[in-house]
Amino acid sequence: MKRYDLIIVGAGPAGLSAAIEAAKKGLKVIVFDENAKPGGQLFKQIHKFFGSKEHKAKIRGYKIGEELLKEASEYGVKVVLNAIVIGLYLDKEVTVKIADEIRHYKGDAVIVATGASENMVTFDGWTLPGVIGAGAAQTMMNLHSIKPGNKVLMLGSGNVGLVVSFQLLQAGCEVAALVDAAPKVGGYGVHAAKVARCGVPFYLSHTIIKAEGEECVTGVTIGQVDKEWKVIPGTEKHFDVDTICLAVGLSPMSQLLKMAGCKMTDTPTGYIPECDETGATSIPGIFVAGDVSGIEEASSAMIEGRISGVAAAEYLGFISKEETDDKVKELEKALFSLREGMFAPENRGKVLEKTEEGIEISRSLLEKGYVEEGEIERFPGVTHGKGIHPVIECTQNIPCNPCQDACPKRCIRIGNKITSLPAIDETKECIGCGMCVASCSGQAIFLVDEQYETGFASITLPYEFLPLPEPGDKGIALDRSGKKVCDAEVVDVKSAKAFDQTHLLTMKVPAEMAMKARFFCSQGV
Amino acid sequence: MRIEEHPILGKPEEKKVVGFIHDGIKLTGLEGEPIAVALEAAGVRIHRYTKKQHKPRGVFCAIGRCTDCVMVVDGKPNVRTCITPLKEGMIVQTQYGVAAMESTGEE
Repeated sequence: MKRYDLIIVGAGPAGLSAAIEAAKKGLKVIVFDENAKPGGQLFKQIHKFFGSKEHKAKIRGYKIGEELLKEASEYGVKVVLNAIVIGLYLDKEVTVKIADEIRHYKGDAVIVATGASENMVTFDGWTLPGVIGAGAAQTMMNLHSIKPGNKVLMLGSGNVGLVVSFQLLQAGCEVAALVDAAPKVGGYGVHAAKVARCGVPFYLSHTIIKAEGEECVTGVTIGQVDKEWKVIPGTEKHFDVDTICLAVGLSPMSQLLKMAGCKMTDTPTGYIPECDETGATSIPGIFVAGDVSGIEEASSAMIEGRISGVAAAEYLGFISKEETDDKVKELEKALFSLREGMFAPENRGKVLEKTEEGIEISRSLLEKGYVEEGEIERFPGVTHGKGIHPVIECTQNIPCNPCQDACPKRCIRIGNKITSLPAIDETKECIGCGMCVASCSGQAIFLVDEQYETGFASITLPYEFLPLPEPGDKGIALDRSGKKVCDAEVVDVKSAKAFDQTHLLTMKVPAEMAMKARFFCSQGV
Repeated sequence: MRIEEHPILGKPEEKKVVGFIHDGIKLTGLEGEPIAVALEAAGVRIHRYTKKQHKPRGVFCAIGRCTDCVMVVDGKPNVRTCITPLKEGMIVQTQYGVAAMESTGEE
């Protein structure tokens, strides 16, 4: 039986981060992961992350994964792949299935960072080929370069459902509808808005009645639900789709901890081990980090991993309590800022009426996925300056601030509170560089010039699709709901390394469309 | 339905084309990709039929957890095709219950 100072289960964002911190302190660390590649789900995340600089905001998930792997290898972290941890026993003995063999290891400390698995819902026909998890869709299109289907219906409006819907569009799939039984969009409004403006209809308070097809999915019927979640007769709608994608939440994979005898507790974020702020469970020397201790984002998983890595180093006497406390305090500050705002854990299930600034929240955003024209003007990022200026359609308090640093002219103000809505400082002059447009992970910033030419306005928007339109291309402009509002002509397309694959498309539209048109479509829809 | 070029990820890494047999028919896929991906590219979505009710199943989680996509690969049943890399000459069969019953045309 081989002995290590620290055994980590799971080489995802939490496990790798824990391994890096522990290795920095001199611990002999080994990481086991059941997959053929390390990084967990990070390599499927092709969108830009939220947060601030310290959370690696505006960097795409898969690039964060690459950075993490590089750092892990620099500190000599050993990662064993295709290694399934099947048992965690007394005195921290770990059994691992590698190929067809079971091997025993002994860790002086163990960090469990097994992450989470997807939840399911059942309905008529849910077992048909063509009904897949949202994670499966991400895996297929972003890792294996294959479309999971041609026409897809998405169930679930949390961040996973919204992000994966957008990724499906990027992969060239058609998204027929986004459905959720809840009466309100669960994820970030900005994620919803970028899907809605592409023309995907949202059906809140709707559920799947039946997946149709004998051998494979050929269609789906949805229906509206009442307050008791019962389908209202006569509200059925049919869609011809070949794929139904389920994004109905995640559950922590905490089985190993239960097996080890850790005290467990049932919470709204799943069945999780009781642990303190460093991830220490009820068994001395067994720590947890990431989704296994409650579902959050990869950004928080990475910080939790670093904290538990430091805590394990202290538990084994590699560093002093003072050094640990300082480091943990610093990391916790970063972690707590991610847990602020409207989507904070303590706000789960609450109905918020107003933003932190006291502005009434857009109801349309919650019910249809986009902010109505009549609502948008009340937000501080929306102004009508002379000449070119940013219009920031960021209307919920979420922990994110890259736009503030992106502007070289300091036109955008968020302030010290990371969740504050971005506001325009009208005393500063916008030079139209577009850095804010590209830096916004929510794709919620537009540059508008209301007097571009006599009778015409120009709108610069983030564009992440192929084929990339060219100047001179004619098409149509879509509004926030994805509806055609006018003809549009592409007048500029900017691409730059600093924009990181987000192209800046500028279109010319009739002047009265300046606050309506928000997306460009080459062909008719 | 392979993605030739992706707006964020660019062109997929080039891989060698290999042949494999699916239920007696020769198909091609890319070396090292999951068997399930090669099948999806070839338009095959049914991986197995359940033992009692003869219901079709295909890829569900695509990360080796749910076991819905298991097939008989090179004579070995219950192989998770979503995480098993494709190799030249593999023999992949639809699984019926836990066996590779010869295809009788009943499907």
